[in-house]
Amino acid sequence: MIKFSEQKLKEIEQIISHYPEGKQKSALLPVLHIAQQEFGGWLSVETMDYVATVLNLLPIEVYEVATFYSMYNLKPVGRYIFEVCQTGPCITKGSDNIIKYIEEKLGIKPGETTADGLFTLKTVECLGACGYAPMMQLGKSYREHLTKEKVNAIIEECRMNAEKNN
Amino acid sequence: MARKLLLDKIGIEGIRYYDVYRKNGGYASVEKVLKTMSPDDVTKEVKKSGLRGRGGAGFPTGLKWSFLAKPAGVPRYLVCNADESEPGTFKDRFLMEFIPHLLIEGLIVSSYATGSNRTYIYIRGEFGWIVEILEQAIAEANNNGWLGKNILGSGFDCEIFVHPGAGAYICGEETALLESLEGKRGNPRIKPPFPAVKGLYGCPTVVNNVETLATVVPIISMGGDEYAKIGIGKSAGTKLISACGNINKPGVYEIEMNISVEEFLYSDEYCGGIANGKRLKACVPGGSSVPILPANLLLKTAKGETRMMTYESLSDGGFQTGSMLGSGGFIVYDEDQCIVRNTYSFARFYRHESCGQCSPCREGTLWLTKILYDIEYGKGKMKDIDLLWHVQGNIEGNTICPLGDAAAWPVAAAIRHFRDEFEWHITNPEEAQRRNYGLAHYADTLQAEV
Repeated sequence: MIKFSEQKLKEIEQIISHYPEGKQKSALLPVLHIAQQEFGGWLSVETMDYVATVLNLLPIEVYEVATFYSMYNLKPVGRYIFEVCQTGPCITKGSDNIIKYIEEKLGIKPGETTADGLFTLKTVECLGACGYAPMMQLGKSYREHLTKEKVNAIIEECRMNAEKNN
Repeated sequence: MARKLLLDKIGIEGIRYYDVYRKNGGYASVEKVLKTMSPDDVTKEVKKSGLRGRGGAGFPTGLKWSFLAKPAGVPRYLVCNADESEPGTFKDRFLMEFIPHLLIEGLIVSSYATGSNRTYIYIRGEFGWIVEILEQAIAEANNNGWLGKNILGSGFDCEIFVHPGAGAYICGEETALLESLEGKRGNPRIKPPFPAVKGLYGCPTVVNNVETLATVVPIISMGGDEYAKIGIGKSAGTKLISACGNINKPGVYEIEMNISVEEFLYSDEYCGGIANGKRLKACVPGGSSVPILPANLLLKTAKGETRMMTYESLSDGGFQTGSMLGSGGFIVYDEDQCIVRNTYSFARFYRHESCGQCSPCREGTLWLTKILYDIEYGKGKMKDIDLLWHVQGNIEGNTICPLGDAAAWPVAAAIRHFRDEFEWHITNPEEAQRRNYGLAHYADTLQAEV
């Protein structure tokens, strides 16, 4: 059985209070973000069902939302997700080569996770950073003006953080 | 230097924080409206200013506000559209990240005008760090009495909340945004009823873009009439342009809407010209949805007039020889860029972002993507070009929301202006894998200048 910590439950209560009474369904997107973060980086059926009980919704109301938005992962992912933009403006600045380089460097294709469970590569559509292309999202931050050297440094940074936190 | 109204203070150290922002004249417009103006007065000033929605559609903001239904006892909502996702567009992000209080100030004034006591900022979920910046700015505004109950003793109550999305371009469409804000899939609603009558939770609602709401601040401080004097005709005021692609100085620029495209593209104050000594091939001047223009139609219209950075001039010639100012996402392509690849990437984008409600869009974007993939990867047939034309024509105008049009237009424009490049890809499939088509004839008339 999964359960939010007391602190997270308080945070969720706070979010629900942003909306008029009886409109707690509005909190679904923010609460799914929290659930994904708390329960392993993805939304299992168990997690979605639990969110439904927390917000007093039917499970189907949660499933239909979770499957619509691209930020929700519906299967397990690596600890660090490289979400590399592949849309037109990034292509003009060489995103194709960056994606190919990450594929070679990590030995995975878009949508796959490395055997050690550390990295997932995802190609994504425009993240609104076109002037700073090529770019990728890593957690809550954007990594911009990517070069092969920068990609190497980011991979190293993730490996070191993972070791530190183990 | 051109006059700046939104980014004039962007260079001041610490302008992101309340104290510095306030010391530099911040929140004066809130004082002005709450102490000396009625909500209708504010709407009148915005109408007089000629401000048009900065999200892409360019609809007059004051007029939009005046449509708002005001039944007694029913709450009204103002919602800020910060779901910036149109490829080529990154201006709202810049504004929110570096001068968040300008948006909060604009939101308080606009909430007062529309009668919204609970105002939401719907921001794309990927901008996680900006959510934190905005929440901090809101907390600062709260602590200093600019939000909450009975603001400045005026009797007006207002709260602002940040609501993150979760990755869906379609939620930039205002009714999809409202669905998403209600905790549902981002499926656009059938209109009418319009949000002004039946919006968030079935209540009258105004949805405005970040830049639009921020612009209310200088309009109130200088007056609508003064604001309307800036720019040319119905393109009043300043506009944020996010410039990207193969230029020397990508970034966000505030322009007065009275400069030429040539000045914007080549002057060092703005884009600084094409990067690496290359030549200009094409430009998408207003975000991925608007028609691409070849170099010879970008700086001058088909009639030979200077093309200006205004709503009217950029659309001069209609879709045959013109484009649109749109969201101000200015994407520049040099001679090394492949139009087929770019068109394929945009089609894939819209395929990914179609909500799936309307079959012309759901199926059509899939077909566009598949056919363009074939052409790009050496498996195209000559009849595919006409098929693309046929499919895009069947999407346009046949969907609930404008995403269908937005998917169709880039394909139509690419074929209209660059048909020979598509044909070359199809007749030279192997060569097309090794090199790009290049500049061909598109920039002939401009080579001397470039």
